Amino acid sequence: MLRYILWRIAVMVPTLFLISVLVFTIIELPPGDYFESYVSELRAMGEAADMEEIAALRERYGFDKPAPIRYFHWVGGMLRGDFGYSFEYQLPVSSVVGDRLWLTVLVSFVTIVFTWLIAFPIGIYSATHQYSWGDYGLTFLGLIGLAIPNFMLALILMYFANIWFGTSIGHLMDQKFLNEPMSWEKAKSILEHLWIPVIIIGTAGTAGMVRRLRANLLDELQKQYVVTARAKGMNPFRALVKYPLRMSLNFFISDIGSILPQIISGAEITAIVLSLETTGPMLIKALQSQDMYLAGSFLMFLAFLTVIGVLISDIALALLDPRIRLQGGSTK
Amino acid sequence: MIRGADLLRIEDLSISFAMLGGRVDAVKKASLRVLPGKVTALVGESGSGKSVISQSVMRILPRIATASGRILFNDPLTGRQTDILALSQDGPDIRAIRGRRIGKIFQEPMTSLSPLHTVGDQVSEVLTIHEDMSRAERYERTIEMLRLVGFAKPERAFRMYPFELSGGMRQRAMIALALICRPALLIADEPTTALDVTIQAQILRLLRDLQHELNMAMLLITHDLGVVANVADEVVVIYHGEIMEAGPVEDIFRRPAHPYLRGLMAAVPHFDMKPGERLKALREVPVNASHLLGTVGSRDRTGPEIVLSVRDVTKSFQIRKAGFFRRPDEAPLRAVDSVSFDIRRGECLGLVGESGCGKTTVSKMLMRAVTPDSGSIVFNDRKGPIDVLKAEGGELQKLRAKIQMVFQDPVSSLSPRMTVQNILAEPLEIHGRGTPKSRQETVVALMEAIGLNSRYLNRYPHSFSGGQRQRIGIARALALGPELLICDEPVSSLDVSVQAQILNLLKDLQKDLGLTYLFISHNLAVVDYMADRIAVMCAGRIVELAPREILMRAPVHPYTRSLLAAVPFPDLDRPLDFSASQAANASDMRNWAPQFRRDEAGEGLTPIDLGAGHLVLARRNADVRELRP
Repeated sequence: MLRYILWRIAVMVPTLFLISVLVFTIIELPPGDYFESYVSELRAMGEAADMEEIAALRERYGFDKPAPIRYFHWVGGMLRGDFGYSFEYQLPVSSVVGDRLWLTVLVSFVTIVFTWLIAFPIGIYSATHQYSWGDYGLTFLGLIGLAIPNFMLALILMYFANIWFGTSIGHLMDQKFLNEPMSWEKAKSILEHLWIPVIIIGTAGTAGMVRRLRANLLDELQKQYVVTARAKGMNPFRALVKYPLRMSLNFFISDIGSILPQIISGAEITAIVLSLETTGPMLIKALQSQDMYLAGSFLMFLAFLTVIGVLISDIALALLDPRIRLQGGSTK
Repeated sequence: MIRGADLLRIEDLSISFAMLGGRVDAVKKASLRVLPGKVTALVGESGSGKSVISQSVMRILPRIATASGRILFNDPLTGRQTDILALSQDGPDIRAIRGRRIGKIFQEPMTSLSPLHTVGDQVSEVLTIHEDMSRAERYERTIEMLRLVGFAKPERAFRMYPFELSGGMRQRAMIALALICRPALLIADEPTTALDVTIQAQILRLLRDLQHELNMAMLLITHDLGVVANVADEVVVIYHGEIMEAGPVEDIFRRPAHPYLRGLMAAVPHFDMKPGERLKALREVPVNASHLLGTVGSRDRTGPEIVLSVRDVTKSFQIRKAGFFRRPDEAPLRAVDSVSFDIRRGECLGLVGESGCGKTTVSKMLMRAVTPDSGSIVFNDRKGPIDVLKAEGGELQKLRAKIQMVFQDPVSSLSPRMTVQNILAEPLEIHGRGTPKSRQETVVALMEAIGLNSRYLNRYPHSFSGGQRQRIGIARALALGPELLICDEPVSSLDVSVQAQILNLLKDLQKDLGLTYLFISHNLAVVDYMADRIAVMCAGRIVELAPREILMRAPVHPYTRSLLAAVPFPDLDRPLDFSASQAANASDMRNWAPQFRRDEAGEGLTPIDLGAGHLVLARRNADVRELRP
């Protein structure tokens, strides 16, 4: 097991290297750089740009050097924990992201817990009561949840929440707390605002998970070992949890790999519609304005989390499923 | 019959399933009994309702089934009589009976245990449910039970996962699970059907010993009359959900009264058949291959005498044993190990062996689906030899038409999205044979040859029964007019009565069309019925090859002998010699006499000719007289 983990970590290095090259290339692909778009933006507004200052900035950040050197400059900085400088915000990337990061984590984490809490009982009910009215009803609800686009749901909920509860929905907290340090009042305000993005972002995920859990569990319920468990005289519910449910969890564990980056990136479109202070809108804006250090470092961070997440889910799968741990597939 | 004396008494049991088109009656007014300490066998073909009855006894029927009637269980421990059907579904009363007073083992040892839990966990769980015991006591009881069912190292088995065990060992674990609470009744639903013959003999012996030792009754559900004759005290025959005949095993076997039972007995191939004797299928298929002769077949048996010559083919698979987390096993597994044989024109060569012996790999190599590591395969066409392993392009295409295959599983070997017409015409289209009109004629002739009405050509495979599908598979193999037909377990997934039908069809076609067969099977009786010469495979090698009569009457190799000894006969006068089926593995070379083993110096084994085409694998320096037992 240890050998395997070490080997997997070793494999991560070339993977991340390839991703970093890709990220860098993609960011460099559009013509020009941040300063060019900055200058043209200034010109469009009728203001003159101080070309000397721009040139000095360019030199300072190495924009006049060839691409490979800039690449190593960027990667080297990241290895030292220096994620570069956001030109747009005029701040180091770490402090730009840091502010929003924990809010994103909060929203995503609550969303995931919400998804699990709702999806598991419904999925189990649907599978054990296949083709009953309850199953049909819940399936119908789930399909609606899958089919409605998030931003649309966001708009609808914003409207009704405003009419019914009088809450102003945009943002994750009342405007007055926006740049305030953390306080009791601020935390309360955040909790008040949290439920709407959680419901909006979580609906599709919940519906999808119900469908998958139902399908996986239905497959397992047909299996012979379920009959064996019944023939032992086991309590049906305990038998369900111990055997088929446990077997149908593999898909769920594999999902952990993709959950980690999701936690950080947040649901971008919903976040924009609701103007949430999460990282999603920031990433999109950075990509638009070619704020390369911000965008690049952020993408790298997501890639890193994906790789780690996949590793974690692989290890968890091996721990939970002895077939993966002990049984090597024979190669033909 | 005194009522109180029966352990289990089923009265007027009817079971029906709610289906799309209404209710389907699976069991109609069935009555049977199980005496305490005795074995009652419930015999029937697939779909006869025998498994459904066994499920209803424990109330583990699928949800769409409803049962009426009475199932009376007299618990000898309390003396109380319970009507199982009157108990509430999954209530505490029925759960107290399940696993504690009635145990059950299933057909598929592969799937009837959870792969995620250890054997010990699953076996001792029964104790957790029913007995008030400490953890240490449970462990002790489980270990004791595992030893009783034949685990040499029960402590080790306790910690193993089911997929780490062989099929026979898994079935033993299942038996331990069913018996750990010492139930009064054991329901065994086809307990040995998925196992090899030698393992089957061991499991049957184990079941019989345990049944005596624990003094329990057994309801044995099976389709195999050989198993019934060896184990049962009473027999109940069921057909289409109705009980046809019931009585002591003596009466049933010596004086079968019902025509269905008599037909069933005549349909089973057995070793004492005279040459040329035909099986009597319950429903015989009229074969008319005369039209086929003009298009694809020919009665012409001329040509080189040896159709196919296989020399020293070897194939190794690298097994990533315990891949992921453990060191890979260095030594590759030799699935096929220097196998040589010839197939003569017009004969049927039988290839027998237990699962995993490499017989299917051999057939795949002949079809070029697997490439051997070394060796040669030559196909002698009428126009000259073709090297099977090197043929490319047009030559390979020609070869494909000469060698065709009939597969084991009639369900998955026919595409469910093609009509029979498409299935049968496809080979002709691929090989560009004839015009659309002549192809149509061939397809009709093929249907005639397998005894199916050409009206059915536009149907899809799902509307045919297993036997009919297998016939369609045979017709497809015949479409191109092959010279050699490889039949890989063509009847092993079919019922006895259908099996006889398919075997007779194959025999007739061989005679009419002058075909040559390689007939692969694990069932010795079937091979005996079909083959002219028989090759026995074990662990990748052909250990013995002889004409049919010699191999059956005077087998030399210890593996062949234990294989023959393990076949249960549907004949009360020829009981299985259970003492011969020792717990040891028959295919384990260490149990063989020294002249058949590889010696310490690594001296190889070689086929030794005993005369009359009888070859046996033994040491090079072994004396011929020494080999005969």
